[in-house]
Amino acid sequence: MSNSKKMTLDITEAEPQRVDTKEERATTKASESFVDKLKHKCRSLAAPNAVPSGEYFGTPGAGDSRLISIVSAFLFIAIWAIATEGGFIKPIFLPSPFDVVERLIDITVDGFAGGTLFEHLNASLIRIFGAFFLACLIGIPLGITIGCNRIFRGIFDPLIEFYRPLPPLAYLPLIIIWLGIDESSKITLIFLAMLSPIVLSARSGVTSVRIEQIQVAYSMGATPWQVITQVIARGSMPDIMNGMRIAIGFGWTTLVAAEMVAAERGIGFMVLNASEFLVTDVVIAGIIVIGIIAYCFDMLMRYLERKLIPWKGCN
Amino acid sequence: MNTLKVCEVSVIYPGSEGGESVTALSDVNLTMKQGDLVVALGASGCGKTTLLNLIAGFISPSKGYLTLGESLVEGYPRVLCGKDIGDEVTGPDADRGVVFQKHALLPWLNVIENTEFGLKLQGVDKTVRRERAAEYLKLVGLEEFHQHKVYQLSGGMQQRVGIARALTNDPKMLLLDEPLGALDALTRESLQELLLDVWRKTNKMMFFITHSVDEALLLATKLVVMSPRPGRITHQFDLNFNQQFLDCRDARQVKSTPEFIAMREQVLSIIHGDELATA
Ligand SMILES: Nc1ncnc2c1ncn2[C@@H]1O[C@H](COP(=O)(O)OP(=O)(O)O)[C@@H](O)[C@H]1O
Ligand SMILES: [Mg+2]
Repeated sequence: MSNSKKMTLDITEAEPQRVDTKEERATTKASESFVDKLKHKCRSLAAPNAVPSGEYFGTPGAGDSRLISIVSAFLFIAIWAIATEGGFIKPIFLPSPFDVVERLIDITVDGFAGGTLFEHLNASLIRIFGAFFLACLIGIPLGITIGCNRIFRGIFDPLIEFYRPLPPLAYLPLIIIWLGIDESSKITLIFLAMLSPIVLSARSGVTSVRIEQIQVAYSMGATPWQVITQVIARGSMPDIMNGMRIAIGFGWTTLVAAEMVAAERGIGFMVLNASEFLVTDVVIAGIIVIGIIAYCFDMLMRYLERKLIPWKGCN
Repeated sequence: MNTLKVCEVSVIYPGSEGGESVTALSDVNLTMKQGDLVVALGASGCGKTTLLNLIAGFISPSKGYLTLGESLVEGYPRVLCGKDIGDEVTGPDADRGVVFQKHALLPWLNVIENTEFGLKLQGVDKTVRRERAAEYLKLVGLEEFHQHKVYQLSGGMQQRVGIARALTNDPKMLLLDEPLGALDALTRESLQELLLDVWRKTNKMMFFITHSVDEALLLATKLVVMSPRPGRITHQFDLNFNQQFLDCRDARQVKSTPEFIAMREQVLSIIHGDELATA
C-alpha cells in the first residue's frame, strides 16, 4: 500500500523534469521519421510478406490472392488466344476462345444435339442436384447413426466399404438392368457415387465431436436422443460439409458417365455428342459451363460454411 | 439424503490391443455430504479424473459401488431404450453439473445460449431460462457478453461461461475437473473467490480437482490427497482455510498464516515422499 503511494509520488515529482525541451522534441521527431523510413524500406522490400495489422505472421498462405487469380486467368486466355488465332494449333484440336464464345451464344439460342444449352443444363442440374439432395437426405442421418450405433455400424460398414471404391461405370450396367434407361437409373447412379463420401464424412464427424461436450450435455439432463440431435449432429457439421463438397465433385464425374447411356438431354450428353462429330468448340463450351457451375456451387458451399460453421479452425 | 458414498471402488481400464490394463483407482473410499467442498489433489495420472467420471456417472466401477442418496451411480444413460430406468440406478444426470478444463462449450451457440442449454434440454420456457442464464452470467461478470461467440472469448471467460452454465442448471452437486488449470494467476484467484462465494451462498456439494497445493488448501473443507500407480486416496484432511478466506477476502493473508504454511509443508512432503517412493 505505502509502496504504491510512494510510486505515484515519484511520478508526480518526476513530471516537471519531463517538460519537452526543444532538443528533446527534435530528437523524438527525428527518430520517428527514422522509424517511418525503416518501415517503408521493409514494406517495399518484402511487400508480399509484410503482415497487415490484425493478421498473424506465419499463417501459411496468408494474404489476398484474388488479384493474382484474375491476372493469371487473363494470361491463360491470352496465351490460348495467341496460340489459336496465330495459327499454331488447328481449330479441330483447339478452337480459339472467340470461336468458343460465339458457339456458346449459338447453342444458347439455336441449340445443339436436340436442345438448347439451357435445356441440356436443366436436365443435368435436375439429375445432379436431385441426387445430391437425396444423398444428403439419406447419407447424413445414416452416417450419424452409423457413428453413434454399434449395430448400424456393424451392418452398414462392410456394405459401404465394399461399394465405395467401385467405379460407378462398373455397376452402371447392373443399375440399367434393374431400373431401365430412364431418369431413375441416372439419378441412382449419381446418388450412389455421392452417398459414400457423405456417409463417411458424417460418420467421421461423429467421432470428431469432443467427448467433453457430450458428457456435459448428459450431466445437464440430456437424453441420448437430445445428445445426438443437439450436440453430435451440430458438432459433426464441419466434416459433413466437407463431405458434401467432395460429393458434388464425384457427382459431376459420374454425370457424364450416366449421360453416356441413352440420354437425349444433358450437358454431359451434349459434350459427348459433340466429341463424336469432332465439334471441338462445343466440347470446350460445355466444359467451361460445367466448370463455372461447379465453381459457383463451391462458392455457395464456402459461403454456407462461413455462416453455419464459423468456428471451424478456431479452438 | 444428499450424501455421496464411494465404497471400496476400483477402476481398471482394459489395455487396448496388447497394452497392459491400467488400475486407475484402487479401493477408494469417500463420503461427501451436503455443503462439503471436497478437493482432490494429486499429480497427473493418479486417477482424479477417473474418480470424477465415476461420480458423474460417465464410467462404472470395476469393483465396489457408489451411491448418491438412495440411488446407485453407474455409467448408464438416463433413459434406456425409451424406458426410464427409475430411481434405483442413476447415470449422468442434471443433479450433478460438470465443469471441465476446456473444450466443453458448444461453439455453434453464443454465450447466453450455452448458458441456458441445460434448461433448454429440460424444456424450460425460453423467457424463464433466459432470465436464469442472465442472472448467472451476471454473477460471473459476463453480463455484457450475452451475444458473443464462445470461441472468440479468452480462456478465462470461457471458463466463466462453463461455470455459469453448470450453475444455471442448479445441480445438487458441482464436479469441477481442473477448471482453473489453464488460467493465469489473477483470473484464477478471482474465479476461486467466485466459486467459494457460490458455494457458501448455495451450500452445494462440490468436488474440485486440482494439482495446485495452494488452491486445494484454500478451497477445501475436505482435502483428499491421491497418489498414482495404482491411483488411491492416501490422506484426507478436514480444513477450514476457506472460511478464513471468506471472512478476510485476502488470499495472501490466509496463505501466510503459520497454520497454512505448516499444512502446505505437510501436504508437499506427502506428495514428494510418494514421488521418491515410486521413482
Ligand atoms: N480411457 C482410458 N483408458 C485407459 N487408461 C486410462 C483411461 N483414462 C485414464 N487412464 C489411465 O488411468 C490413470 C488415471 O487417469 P486419470 O484419472 O485421468 O488421472 P488424473 O486425472 O489424475 O490425471 C492414468 O494412468 C491414465 O493413463
Ligand atoms: Mg485429469
